[in-house]
Amino acid sequence: MAEQNESIQALAEQEYKHGWTSNVDADQLPPGLSEDIVRAISAKKNEPEWLTEWRLRAYRHWLKMTEPDWQKPKHAKIEYDKIIYYSAPKKKPTVSSLDEVDPELLETFEKLGISLDEQKRLSGVAVDAVFDSVSVKTTFREELSKQGIVFCSFSEAVADHPELVKKYLGSVVPYTDNYFATLNSAVFSDGSFCYIPPGVRCPMELSTYFRINSAGTGQFERTLLIADEGAYVSYLEGCTAPQRDENQLHAAVVELVALKGAHIKYSTVQNWYPGDKDGKGGVYNFVTKRGMASENAKVSWTQVETGSAITWKYPSCVLKGDNSVGEFYSVALTRDCQMADTGTKMIHIGKNTRSTIISKGISAGRGDQTYRGLVQIMPRATGARNYSVCDSLLLGSQCGAHTVPYIESGNSSAVIEHEASTSKISDEQIFFLRQRGLSEEDAVSMIVNGFCKDVLSELPMEFAVEAQKLLGVKLEGAVG
Amino acid sequence: MSAPLLEIKDLHVAVDGTEILHGLSLTVNAGEVHAIMGTNGSGKSTLTKVIAGHPDYEVTKGDVLYQGKSILENEPEERACAGIFLAFQYPVEVPGVSNMYFLRSALNAQRKSRGEAELSGAEFIELVKEKAKLVDIDSGLLNRSVNEGFSGGEKKRNEIFQLAMLAPTLAILDETDSGLDIDALKTVADGVNSMRDAARAFLLVTHYQRLLNYIEPDRVHVLLDGRIVKSGGKDLALQLEDKGYAWIEQETATA
Ligand SMILES: Nc1ncnc2c1ncn2[C@@H]1O[C@H](COP(=O)(O)OP(=O)(O)OP(=O)(O)O)[C@@H](O)[C@H]1O
Ligand SMILES: [Mg+2]
Repeated sequence: MAEQNESIQALAEQEYKHGWTSNVDADQLPPGLSEDIVRAISAKKNEPEWLTEWRLRAYRHWLKMTEPDWQKPKHAKIEYDKIIYYSAPKKKPTVSSLDEVDPELLETFEKLGISLDEQKRLSGVAVDAVFDSVSVKTTFREELSKQGIVFCSFSEAVADHPELVKKYLGSVVPYTDNYFATLNSAVFSDGSFCYIPPGVRCPMELSTYFRINSAGTGQFERTLLIADEGAYVSYLEGCTAPQRDENQLHAAVVELVALKGAHIKYSTVQNWYPGDKDGKGGVYNFVTKRGMASENAKVSWTQVETGSAITWKYPSCVLKGDNSVGEFYSVALTRDCQMADTGTKMIHIGKNTRSTIISKGISAGRGDQTYRGLVQIMPRATGARNYSVCDSLLLGSQCGAHTVPYIESGNSSAVIEHEASTSKISDEQIFFLRQRGLSEEDAVSMIVNGFCKDVLSELPMEFAVEAQKLLGVKLEGAVG
Repeated sequence: MSAPLLEIKDLHVAVDGTEILHGLSLTVNAGEVHAIMGTNGSGKSTLTKVIAGHPDYEVTKGDVLYQGKSILENEPEERACAGIFLAFQYPVEVPGVSNMYFLRSALNAQRKSRGEAELSGAEFIELVKEKAKLVDIDSGLLNRSVNEGFSGGEKKRNEIFQLAMLAPTLAILDETDSGLDIDALKTVADGVNSMRDAARAFLLVTHYQRLLNYIEPDRVHVLLDGRIVKSGGKDLALQLEDKGYAWIEQETATA
């Protein structure tokens, strides 16, 4: 037994695979935040006056706000004056062909297993790659544009489709929303933009890969997805960051607009650097994600959260239209000193709105996590229904799991069901699988993947496989 | 003459500091079927789990040799890959993991450790069809999560299916007959009989001589209070059925 524990210990010390940095020349603004910095960011991106003003309003509002502290994971004080709010690879930030992309950058994405070369890409997946603050390359754009689909970086959307951006930016997450979303509204530098015209079913998965590279930078990307009436889109984001001793702030905003009868499926596989095993370094992943569903529309969030020192986010659905549907499927894994406080908010406004929440939390080592979810039924939401399941799986005895459901029902016809369970991974299950020939790690990984099945099966096929492997890697050495 | 397939020498085993097996010896040669009978709590399941390498059971004295080598230092998966299979008395459920996916992973892990190529999807399906027929298992069960919501008998049948799929050299069945209906019992026995060959041995833990009507054992051992107190041919099982264990307990006490 003792010997077994030692080998587990050795494996537990295995390193974060995406912890390298790239030597890409960066064009950076000095650290710190002021109106001048906000203006400078806006100027660097040649933004129209209205957007500069919007950012400034957000910045002024942010100055009046205080950082929230009600969350369970407490973090080191963030020194906003020391953060670099804009960092871009020096070579031309907007590129029209791969030849113009810094080869070092291409290599970076290749290392991450993301080929930006359209010929080599898995067919059926269009990619937008965001490096530090700037979108590097969007693939398959021409093919998509034949159907009227716009898939580009946020900056390009501001230039090419200002009417859409102006109409929808801040319509789901207003710049006054919360401390981190407000900060993002002031300083966001890029992100992805997507528009699907009425009745169009986007023929391929759209995906964005985010990578934080430069030291001391924050990443503040902004994603805006609009599915016009009756449109469908499935969108996936993946994230990694180099290994650094200081904490890095990632405060993104994602806004989804699902117009009448539209369906947006948004998936995240998050693998930011989690810090070392003693909790030094790692990304603070404080993100605001929200989708607005009009009549008969559907917004589905699926997330696999395995990285970050702290994950603090509640992808939410505002079910505004009658008969609209919201879904939230989540796997969160915390180990070593990682912490997560995550869940969702389902706001039922329209009649006969329905929501489903399936949350699977896995804690190992000293990992600690909280599921926090709000189901709110507004007075006019007659016939609203919610079904929630929150399961936690504990590996070892030093980790923790907490479930904090908030239910506010303002309409007596609402049907709300909530189930929660906490279990420990059983030694008998592990022994059974090992007796059949599987290694202890494969056994644990199999049990955990089984535990998460209802969520993983919501991911697009190729990403489900990727997520399964990621969970396996993340669990290495986590038992014992 | 080659070494016995399994040789247990003066085995003492403790769990949580309490000794449960107090010096047990047993030799099983390739090609043989041995039955182990004994009262509840006498240590039968403990014996099976120790052979399979369960980490909770501590060997304080003695040795377990398999194919002539001590296996006490080997991990459970190493023993499994070397051909030791345990059909559990209480099979566990693994929610969310399909039976087929689990079995394919297990089989390929074992093949890999023996330096054999992994089975392709098509080859695997062929093997499944063949073995499912042999043990008459419903294909519906194969696509469900491992043992999840299975009836007691279905779980036992699933153990036998895994046995057939993995084709071990030493098969240990811990009360696989308990909870089976008569037809299922016959099917299981037929499955075991069809797998009997000169290179393979079976260790059957059972409370009922009925199973031994179908699977004829070479030796029957009586385990009482952590020791094998009597061994004999298949007639011993009949005697036990008839008279219970009291007479052996007396015999041992006076001996
Ligand atoms: N983990 C454990 N902790 C404490 N005692 C244990 C443990 N496992 C087994 N025992 C004890 O060891 C003894 C032998 O148990 P074992 O399961 O081997 O019996 P068995 O012969 O298989 O019985 P049955 O016929 O009921 O299956 C019992 O008294 C049991 O309570
Ligand atoms: Mg038993």
